Amino acid sequence: MPDRQAVIDRKDLGALFTLLADEGYQTIGPKPYDGAIVYAPISSPEELPKGIGDEEEGGHYRLTQRGDAKLFGHTKPVQGLKAHLYPARQKLWSAEKAGHGFRVVKDAAPQPRYAFIGVRACELSAMLVQDRVFEGGPYVDKGYAERRKNCLIVLVTCDHAGNACFCASQGTGPDASEGYDLKLAEVVDGSRHVFVTEAGSDKGRAILSKLSKQDAADGDVKAAAANLEAAAKGQKRAMIAGVAELLAAKLESPHWEDVAKRCMSCGNCTMVCPTCFCSTMEDATDLSGLKAERTRKWDSCFSIDYSYIHGGPVRNTAGARYRQWMTHKLSHWVEQFGVSGCVGCGRCIIWCPVGIDITAEAKAILKGA
Amino acid sequence: MSAREKPRLGVFKFSSCDGCQLSLLDCELELLAVTDAVEIAYFLEATRKDMKGPFDVVLVEGSITTPHEAELIRQIRKSSKVLITIGACATSGGIQALRNFADVNGFLDIVYARPDYIETLDTATPIADHVQVDFELRGCPINKYQLLEVLNAFLNKRKPNIQNYAECIECKQRGTVCVMVAKGVACLGPVTQAGCGGLCPASHRGCFGCFGPMETPNTTALADRFLNELGQDKGTVLRAFRSFNANAPAFREESLKHE
Repeated sequence: MPDRQAVIDRKDLGALFTLLADEGYQTIGPKPYDGAIVYAPISSPEELPKGIGDEEEGGHYRLTQRGDAKLFGHTKPVQGLKAHLYPARQKLWSAEKAGHGFRVVKDAAPQPRYAFIGVRACELSAMLVQDRVFEGGPYVDKGYAERRKNCLIVLVTCDHAGNACFCASQGTGPDASEGYDLKLAEVVDGSRHVFVTEAGSDKGRAILSKLSKQDAADGDVKAAAANLEAAAKGQKRAMIAGVAELLAAKLESPHWEDVAKRCMSCGNCTMVCPTCFCSTMEDATDLSGLKAERTRKWDSCFSIDYSYIHGGPVRNTAGARYRQWMTHKLSHWVEQFGVSGCVGCGRCIIWCPVGIDITAEAKAILKGA
Repeated sequence: MSAREKPRLGVFKFSSCDGCQLSLLDCELELLAVTDAVEIAYFLEATRKDMKGPFDVVLVEGSITTPHEAELIRQIRKSSKVLITIGACATSGGIQALRNFADVNGFLDIVYARPDYIETLDTATPIADHVQVDFELRGCPINKYQLLEVLNAFLNKRKPNIQNYAECIECKQRGTVCVMVAKGVACLGPVTQAGCGGLCPASHRGCFGCFGPMETPNTTALADRFLNELGQDKGTVLRAFRSFNANAPAFREESLKHE
């Protein structure tokens, strides 16, 4: 039996923030910043992007005015929550010279407790993908696992699709059935502004029990369902079916060289992708050579150093690098982790400076078959 | 380590604005650690002490623009174990390499009352065009933290942590919203080497390419975007690629296409 649905009135939403802060969470949510919506620390609903939407296309993004009071009327922030769960730069350990050897000093800083508010279904799906990467198998990334275990997820369902969205074809949205603590669906109807709410975990139920709420009206639930349907049906892009098998069979497609003419190997797609996890280790010393530090930094399969092994880089051409990224994401990720690495958020399309579209490239490779 | 064993550092200047060697003085607190680690044997911007070589590590700023400089850099190379060039002038020719696209005598006639007093070369060229260079540190100016990292790496006999990938990676690591995608501002970031930390995009400006071409620059794709999507004309695209690193091969070739 799913939990019975309740609604939280807009004016009572602030209590959620207060409650989460009281329970020791740092609240992270969508916020207008520099002409975009980004995930940032926010402490009240007043900081949410009220009435702000976004317009997205290949290599194009603009904020828009929706003309309503919705707080979550945008699609997805610029970068995902990856930056919080898997920081761009992480000190792993340091070492001090001791006699003829050295002594390792572990970084024992406590991991943060984040409450993520306004998480989209694609974002949550991306977290579940990264869980497999960092926590699946025998070698668990302990820092990630702790941050992930500490975090609380307040999912907010989408009310429309962005032009770059294709989660419906990836089966990763716009609705989510697991993995969240609370799920909100924002409904605005005239002066009525409520959030249809359900809990998805014990943590979520405990939070919900402390919030002021009413039973959902029929109209609220119907409106929330209609919004979700619009978000699914309104998607203009779709990933072709059977893309994993197709790409595995098309490693020598001439299309890779066609993409290479447009691709700048700048790495933006990998940086904004909520599942891309490649990193590099940086070892540094101080000038005296008495102290050393190891740092893990985001890297990209589009960099030359990334595939550098003895004698040179493995992937010398832009075509080879794009092929590596796309076939990993959509094809051999499935073999490696049991799911596709693509959640259909479309960020790689939007934030590619030249608007390369992974769904269109997949279609082009299929056509060239 | 006794003073006698300290590596000897020389800092030399060729045609340049001095900004890059100033980055060394700008290291402030870290400068004390540098002076602990090396003996500054020649650094006219910092000290009148004028010690002769040989040097263990030499930092060279500036490009080669005169016959005298072309000779001097050979002498410095001969007396240096490790020679590191710093800045856009030393690594690509600098802003003065704009002369490479025109007749230098034309500039001489306009700028100097007595052009016959001036002895100059037709081109401004990077140090590596003249002598073997052990490491090139990019930037206009260089980033002082990168300079410390390179000195540190050579002193500790390790590989410097200097990335050759695109500036975009630094912008995204920093969380900067892309100015080209979100504001339609032309930005050289996708073809420019990281290193500045993403200064200009964080201040809502497009990247000016101070750190020169990244490792695999697809300037054609970016120029097409400037022309076809951002509404720039050929002259604007030409000037974008022809600035501090005008003579870096990838930028030079791209700007020539838009003449």
